Amino acid sequence: MTLLGLLEREPSHGYDLKRDYDAFFSRGKPLPFGQVYATLSRLARDGKIVIGEVEPGVGPERKRYVITDRGATEVESWLTEPVPAEPNLQTVLFTKVVLALMLGRPAEEYLDRQRAAHLGRMKELTDIKRSGSLVDAMLADHGLFHLEADLHWIDTTAARLDALAKEVRG
Amino acid sequence: MTAVEARDVVLSFGETPALRGASVVVAPGEIVAIMGPSGSGKSTLLHCLAGILVPDAGEIHFDGRRIDTLGENQRSVLRRDRFGFVFQSGQLVPELTAEENVALPLLLNGVKRAAALKEARPWFERLDLAGLERRRSGELSGGQAQRVALARGLVARPGALFADEPTGALDSLTGEQVMDLLVSSARDEGTTVVLVTHDARVAAYADRQVIVRDGRVKALVSA
Repeated sequence: MTLLGLLEREPSHGYDLKRDYDAFFSRGKPLPFGQVYATLSRLARDGKIVIGEVEPGVGPERKRYVITDRGATEVESWLTEPVPAEPNLQTVLFTKVVLALMLGRPAEEYLDRQRAAHLGRMKELTDIKRSGSLVDAMLADHGLFHLEADLHWIDTTAARLDALAKEVRG
Repeated sequence: MTAVEARDVVLSFGETPALRGASVVVAPGEIVAIMGPSGSGKSTLLHCLAGILVPDAGEIHFDGRRIDTLGENQRSVLRRDRFGFVFQSGQLVPELTAEENVALPLLLNGVKRAAALKEARPWFERLDLAGLERRRSGELSGGQAQRVALARGLVARPGALFADEPTGALDSLTGEQVMDLLVSSARDEGTTVVLVTHDARVAAYADRQVIVRDGRVKALVSA
């Protein structure tokens, strides 16, 4: 969907799409060329893009891809549809805490380790935010807010461990 | 090498124990965030480290010198000469202009008014406050006032800056701008910072975080 969205700006070569994807969205994981062209083939097959003017020469670099009305409609509907607000009611962390309490293991210690791991990652993301571009900062913020929410849960759970232990041990 | 240290500090308020053997070591130039739930003793620990409160037992050291055994006057001089402070809010003197507020620690140290103001002014550019030098605290936004307070905390080039919830009264974005400037300025000056916060996003600006729980400092151990 990202490549299709990038094509809505203007017809582009596969190389340009990869470059822009890597610049804004890849975060250190460049998109392989193979994946770019496989995606473009699929989009063309589904009628969401067409191959525009082919410039002289051979090879995929010479093709310019153009979004179709159908493709543009898909981008529009994808953008307007909210992402599911994930309830995250089955998290690994929750399972670990409940199991630890059931087994009489030190759940508080596990939560402390998790807190340290979360704070460590928050520090990394804050460093990225302070040294990077606004695009980097916005992405780092997304991660930071999620980690912060987890930390609130960790603190609340740590404060209620005794009561929780009674409940899960019956 | 240690800049600020608490060793097994115990302190009660009446019958209520606040610190029950808290220890923390902060290296020179290090920025450490003290975190913990409300009532955990984190602000009390900061006040002990800064020579504001005297522990019932244990030791406080600054720059290789034990400070909890000093008399009130000596601690007062130490705080004025060597420490900077930033609190949550409301700490600017409302009758003074912003630049007079920043110059205040220098004036208290006996620096002449003109020299103190000259020293204070570059901080306005540095903390993105240029043009606000003559305003009084009532004419500043929360974020601006807190940056003035930060300039005041650092203007005398203290050995340590103590910050108690420095962004607590600010919205998230303004708070982060203040933290960004606090960390950059402290780094530039090589100032040791001890920061109390309940906010993990603020604590993430520090080099290291420690947690105070039930009056003790808990080291964070990574998984």
